[in-house]
Amino acid sequence: MPDIQSLYSEKVMDHFRNPRNVGEIENPDGTGHVGNPICGDIMELYIKVNGNTITDAKFKTFGCGAAIATSSMVTEMIIGKTIDEALEISNKTVAEALGGLPAAKMHCSVLAEDALRSAIDDYHSKQKKGKSKAKAKKK
Amino acid sequence: MKRIYLDYAATTPTHRDVVKAMLPYFSDSFGNPSSIYSYGQESKGAVEKAREQVANLISAHDEEIVFTSGGTEADNFAIKGVAYANPERNHIIISSIEHHAVIETCKFLEKRGFEITYLPVDKDGLVDPDDVRKTITDKTCLISIMHANNEIGTIQPIKKLATIAREAGVYFHTDAVQAAGQIPINVDDVGVDLLSMSAHKLYGPKGVGALYIRKGTRLVPFMHGGSQENDRRGSTENVPGIVGFGKATAIALEAMTGEIERQTRLRDHLITSILEQIDGVRLNGHPTKRLPNNVNVSIDYVEGESMLLNLDLENICASTGSACSSSSLEASHVLLALGLGHEQAHSSLRFTVGKWTTEEDINRVLEVLPKIVARLRAMSPLLKSHK
Ligand code: FES
Repeated sequence: MPDIQSLYSEKVMDHFRNPRNVGEIENPDGTGHVGNPICGDIMELYIKVNGNTITDAKFKTFGCGAAIATSSMVTEMIIGKTIDEALEISNKTVAEALGGLPAAKMHCSVLAEDALRSAIDDYHSKQKKGKSKAKAKKK
Repeated sequence: MKRIYLDYAATTPTHRDVVKAMLPYFSDSFGNPSSIYSYGQESKGAVEKAREQVANLISAHDEEIVFTSGGTEADNFAIKGVAYANPERNHIIISSIEHHAVIETCKFLEKRGFEITYLPVDKDGLVDPDDVRKTITDKTCLISIMHANNEIGTIQPIKKLATIAREAGVYFHTDAVQAAGQIPINVDDVGVDLLSMSAHKLYGPKGVGALYIRKGTRLVPFMHGGSQENDRRGSTENVPGIVGFGKATAIALEAMTGEIERQTRLRDHLITSILEQIDGVRLNGHPTKRLPNNVNVSIDYVEGESMLLNLDLENICASTGSACSSSSLEASHVLLALGLGHEQAHSSLRFTVGKWTTEEDINRVLEVLPKIVARLRAMSPLLKSHK
């Protein structure tokens, strides 16, 4: 039966049907909010960081099946990783972990990578602010 | 799980009686209609009978029907045919919600020196006849406005529009691919000069359609070759396809009144129930001037392809105008022309019912859709920002 399900790998369908880590984190250490310039979809990624390790991640996504599956996959991949390890993840590694994506849907995995980077950037800038606040207090 | 097909506007299954009518023309009566021996004449007779059946559907004369390879060819034929037959005029008026077969044909001509006016539509998808009147110039050779829209089902005031064209001495074409076989059409009553049809939208086979050409209309042939179709379209006739098209129109005509009533009931039941059961839903297209089979809604905060995929997991086939599910990754030009934002176009869902849709099918959709929407909304970042 040729249908839209067969467009996607089993892994993609699994993450689409049972997305992991859906939702928001209260007081996250980093938030990524990105829009897909190609089709106009939106993803939000929240991370909680302890020491240098990502201890929790949650997402919200408005997008196609591939966008939802890559969002879910990326949260699963980063939990337990250090920030530096997480930064090594690219849209390709996410797509690979999902058993591949159709060519027309590769841009959706870029959304996940962008969201991850933006969440980590946000984490870094919060850290800096935190440090300068701490310094200011010391003085 | 039973498969529930609610995408009849995309294509319809070929009616079994149609297939039965076609079968003899593959291996038994296979002759070329242009041959004079009896085999050929059998085929010729079958083609002419089909021509009569198709003409009947729209109250045309047999000789005004030219068979084509489908609706897209009929649109191309009508537009390029008129454009190139009237070299002293180079202006064409179309609506901004035409099918790609019309829009892309006009864009092709635009690159070759033609001037195209793309008329806006109102929030329900209707063209304003005054807009048509105002944009006609002495260079206008053709006005092409679709009878009913494939995405939102809105039915245009074709008679009014065609009258304006006639009074101005401009040819009027209508793409009736979605309307033909579904709602009554009488070409003399509405006064169109050209009208496109397709067999596979009315339970006929794919790969065959027709262009109605009012007697006396000047247009150049589309396919150059033999003298088939009265010198208007060379190529050996697709005899089985044409026979199937003829049979399908005969069935459609007979069933029309009952089907309009039945499908309208299913359509309205689905529309009112979706609006009742799910909040943040907008009906796209005109509430009453719409095809009996068309339901198109935008469901806030959820993307169309992810809804389709979820429906597919429940064995329900529907369609969407979301950018994500189009190969061009562009949102539906029809929905955008209604004034919808990109997010609303993204959130659109189209169900088109048909001959074999039952009340039960509709109830099944109503059972699963609210759950799907709730699930997807729970993961939508848009919902929060709109709270
Ligand atoms: S998110 Fe739009 S195509 Fe994947």
